Amino acid sequence: MRRTGLAVLALLALFGCGGAAHDTRTTIRFWGMGREGEVVSDLARDFERENPDVHVIVQGIPWTAAHAKLLTAHVGRSLPDCFQLGNTWVAEFTALHAIDPLTPWLAASRAIDTHDQFPGVWDTNVMGGVVYGVPWYVDTRVLFYRRDLLARAGYDSIPQSWVEWRRAMEAVKRVVGKDRYAILLPANEWTQPVIFGLQNGATLLADHDTRADFEDPAFEQAFAFFLGLFRDGLAPPVTNNEIANVYQEFERGTFAMYITGPWNVGEFRNRLAPEHQSAWTTSPLPGPRGAASGISLAGGSSLVLSRAGEHKQAAWRFIEYLCRPEVQARFTHLTGDLPARPSVWADTAITKEPALAAFKTQLERVVSTPKLPEWEEIANRLQDQAEGPIRGKVPADSALARLDRDVNAMLEKRRWLLEHGKLLVERPAEARMAQR
Amino acid sequence: MKGSIERRQAQAGRWFVLPALTLIGVFFFVPVVVGLVLSLTDFDIYAIGDPSIARFVGAGNYVEILRNPVFWKALGNTLYFVFASGPLMMIVSLAAALLLNAKLARARGFFRTAYFLPVVTTIVAVSIVWRYLYHPHYGWLNFALGKLGIPPIDWLGDPHWAMPAIIVLAVWKNFGYNMLIYLAGLQSIPEELYEAAHLDGAGWWGRFVHVTLPGLGPTMLFVSITTLLNQFQLFAEPYVMTQGGPLQSTMTLVLFLYEQGFRWWRMGMAAAIAFLLFLIMLTGTLIQLRLSRERTR
Repeated sequence: MRRTGLAVLALLALFGCGGAAHDTRTTIRFWGMGREGEVVSDLARDFERENPDVHVIVQGIPWTAAHAKLLTAHVGRSLPDCFQLGNTWVAEFTALHAIDPLTPWLAASRAIDTHDQFPGVWDTNVMGGVVYGVPWYVDTRVLFYRRDLLARAGYDSIPQSWVEWRRAMEAVKRVVGKDRYAILLPANEWTQPVIFGLQNGATLLADHDTRADFEDPAFEQAFAFFLGLFRDGLAPPVTNNEIANVYQEFERGTFAMYITGPWNVGEFRNRLAPEHQSAWTTSPLPGPRGAASGISLAGGSSLVLSRAGEHKQAAWRFIEYLCRPEVQARFTHLTGDLPARPSVWADTAITKEPALAAFKTQLERVVSTPKLPEWEEIANRLQDQAEGPIRGKVPADSALARLDRDVNAMLEKRRWLLEHGKLLVERPAEARMAQR
Repeated sequence: MKGSIERRQAQAGRWFVLPALTLIGVFFFVPVVVGLVLSLTDFDIYAIGDPSIARFVGAGNYVEILRNPVFWKALGNTLYFVFASGPLMMIVSLAAALLLNAKLARARGFFRTAYFLPVVTTIVAVSIVWRYLYHPHYGWLNFALGKLGIPPIDWLGDPHWAMPAIIVLAVWKNFGYNMLIYLAGLQSIPEELYEAAHLDGAGWWGRFVHVTLPGLGPTMLFVSITTLLNQFQLFAEPYVMTQGGPLQSTMTLVLFLYEQGFRWWRMGMAAAIAFLLFLIMLTGTLIQLRLSRERTR
């Protein structure tokens, strides 16, 4: 692309008509995904007005194709100068050497305040003590629940410890009766068992993420709590596909609680009938030992610099611009995404929506899933292995043993890399420093 | 003297085939050899970052694939698809060709285009429409079945029905291509043969079995082999409609290959699956050729 551009310029110069219309601005390319990719064009125009020497070419890519497209672009050496990256992908792109460490840029930056961040989300961008991405927007999962059904069961809010929470679920089940449930935990989602495990102190993997550790008592206990909800009829053992329409069923009261993310706040507002709007709200997740242990997953997207990019200075300026409080506020307004900077949360658009308050609390208590390229595959395997015990067809311990065996086989390469000193590992001292 | 002309002609011939050979070499043989080498390594996401990390694992990938239950599931699904949709496709496309070739047929050009249209329509557009048709609550298919008193079926969500749904879609999408080939085959059967058969008192069925089918022999062999090769490579339909689900009931070999290669970035493993698929298809084709040879003997 660039080379043909140069060739055209050379030709123009040769024929004596160059110069008049030619662009002296630095051109950088940015890729955004889904809705974010659409609205970032507007922000880029404002950035250009402020920085007349930089021209930003924005390209939107659909989320479903984003992962494969970014990887093939990396292999084909055509990644843009800076791009949006789901923060669970940062580990993978670091392993690929596709993105640049941001530590030197951050040290010199006044626009990005590393203290004005949610620590758990920030941590998803830190690999081996080095920062590779800046949070752009955040998300996490909280408990959506039917206030009216809880009230009928004698509860005016969600109790914050597992024991009490379970008691509340039993009370709800008694009130709603047969064929209705206290909570929906879709059998084809790995997030719920993983969240419960992390809440109970399980690390899921051990030895620099080179070994599976699902038979660890902390995970076993959490898994037992999770399975107990199905066994005792508090949660239906069904997948998302078997629930034709989650919104309808939630409205009908087929289940009173549901663990899901911020995107569903808008969906619930739009899809539930007006008379049901006051009946639902959200709560931070309960934990095994009360509210403080009620952690959830650190999700969202980060902004990263491509290692192969030629205009890193200009690209970094664009990233800094997107992270400014007023731009973050505008971005939130345009997309409905939750802003990465806690200070921006004072923005009226967000404080007006009561269901989002629980997210603010929850985001202070989020942790990253294990940071390794294989995580998605491991999570998928966990999901496959959990379905048997959920449906009561396989004992929990044999499912976890099989899971450990499968995951250990997947991690063979990582163990080899670790033995040969080729694995980027978290050194505790550096990691503590990187936690700002 | 004569020898030297022949030699010069042979030399000129070599120059003439050289461009074609170079192209085939660069774009076919080299990739195949690279793929074969790749299938003997554990080239993965770490190796994309640093190729020196790839290790030679010999037949390790092949052994691992044969031990992977998903591979056998995918093979089973693929064979189910091939043996269910292959004959169905042959029958539907032949029937369509016969209808179009019939003397009574009106608006032949229109129907020929209409039947061929799905072949040239992109699968993504087609899949959106078919997802509506298959929708358990709002789909026309369930609406029609409901009129017949059959309760609604979750076509793409039920592990038993997802593959039949994919088969129907794939046959509808692709029969037009075979139909055109049959049509060409039908038109090359001399009219006199039908007249002679008619004079000998052969009815409609007699003429079909004793004139049309033998006349279509080579066409049918061609169609059956290309259909087999295509069906084994089923990918786009389940990829856009079901992503291999529910419960891996529509996971096919190529989808499995894609997942290993482009979802988990195990390139070595994906290359090994490709070679296994090649061996399976080669065996299938050889069996077909043998059968047809025995039939003609």
